[in-house]
Amino acid sequence: MAGRTYAYYPGCALHGTAREYDVSARLVCQTLNVKLQEIKDWSCCGASSAASLSPLLGIALPAHNLKLAAAMELPITTPCAMCSYRLKTAAHELKDEATARQVSEVLGSAVGPEVTVEPLLQVLSEDLSFPIRKPLTGLKVACYYGCLLVRPKSVLQFDDEENPQTMDRLITALGAEAIDWGLKTECCGAGLPLARPDLVHRLAYRIISLAQRLGADCIATACPMCQSNLDIHQKEIEAEHGEKLGLPIFYFTQLLGLALGFTPRELYLHKHLTNPLPLLRAKGLG
Amino acid sequence: MTIPDVIRPPLSRPLLIFIEAHSGQPVSRCNQCGKCTAGCPAAWAMDLTPRQVMRALQLGLDNDVLASSAIWLCLSCQICSVRCPLEIDVAKVMHSLRHRTQEDKTHPGDKNIARFHGVFRGIIHRYGRIYELGLAGLNNMVSRRPWAHLKLFPAMLRKGKLPMRPSRIKATAEVKNIFQKVAALEERFSTPSELTKGDR
Repeated sequence: MAGRTYAYYPGCALHGTAREYDVSARLVCQTLNVKLQEIKDWSCCGASSAASLSPLLGIALPAHNLKLAAAMELPITTPCAMCSYRLKTAAHELKDEATARQVSEVLGSAVGPEVTVEPLLQVLSEDLSFPIRKPLTGLKVACYYGCLLVRPKSVLQFDDEENPQTMDRLITALGAEAIDWGLKTECCGAGLPLARPDLVHRLAYRIISLAQRLGADCIATACPMCQSNLDIHQKEIEAEHGEKLGLPIFYFTQLLGLALGFTPRELYLHKHLTNPLPLLRAKGLG
Repeated sequence: MTIPDVIRPPLSRPLLIFIEAHSGQPVSRCNQCGKCTAGCPAAWAMDLTPRQVMRALQLGLDNDVLASSAIWLCLSCQICSVRCPLEIDVAKVMHSLRHRTQEDKTHPGDKNIARFHGVFRGIIHRYGRIYELGLAGLNNMVSRRPWAHLKLFPAMLRKGKLPMRPSRIKATAEVKNIFQKVAALEERFSTPSELTKGDR
């Protein structure tokens, strides 16, 4: 990990709703000597909408970015679970000759399946001996992976499909306590908050309230959709259920950054809609 | 859906044949164990559960499947696919069914979700990346709910979470070209056996 250089694919959300994920990812990578070279003029991976309506488009859009990274001769890393899922799936599907032929016809040149894609969580958890300046002692964290980092294992080859441990180990290495719970990889409603907020609110409520009932002070995520579904919509969910939740939802890179000595402001913690600062102050971390 | 007193499977099941070829998944092998539905986080909101979708396909109840909200409510979280003891990728079957409704111009069982996917694709086509404010605004317009989610906007704008201007890529022409060529290929290979040659 340390000293390695990656072709960095931030993904669209990291330029908008998830800017704090981009900022904190870059800060911790710099500290840990993981070099990120942003892929020039990267385009959207198509997310679930492209693949939903046309399987071929769902491969061709990420394949275009695989091609850009191949020219850089670097492995790709991306903080976004959806992007890493789409890029890895495309690379996997390109192993099929007929698919590869169609995609190269669409893109105008051949793309090999050999570009490797590693989600940032995987890159940053390869070596857990972090230079910690402020251990997160006393902080109870529910690690929430969402679906797309781990499923399906046949394609993604990363951790367990229903009870992953990678983030738990990373959070524990920071001095915090990772609670054991059953909704680590339960879907939060993914990209549907605009189309079906009712569905997303119900799924997010289950996840937030279980973590809270099991004693978690906060949830750590590794996906911009998970984070925004649990954070941005929390006030509306509270109103619907007549219940105060107020559970801070972090990106794992922000917790890592705190332990590495960055301030909450440097890590853009003030960007969350559910204010995490009172919790951090109470734990002596703010 | 209406269930007839005696279900007599039609002699030919065109949708089953299409979906098996298009998705590469052996739907006819499903033995109705129900693990997909048990694990599905959205089953409670569906008109047909994932297990019922598989059964309806086997029985040739094509219209019921294509008009169901289930195929749109599937979140592609893949829990059904990884738990299926017969290793049927149920989520992939759902994708193929959505694709089929596009070709058939079937009235989607969940208009809001179908429209959202269309708007999302339109934004990528135009800018090469997602423009979140545009996505939200346009989605409100096409779904004729102009004031939806409005309460969230002020806080998100204040926090800088919704940039006013799109992040447009330089190679928009290349991305448009990808869309165009995919559409042309899909038209040429409208028979599934051609589109899915090889094991997909």
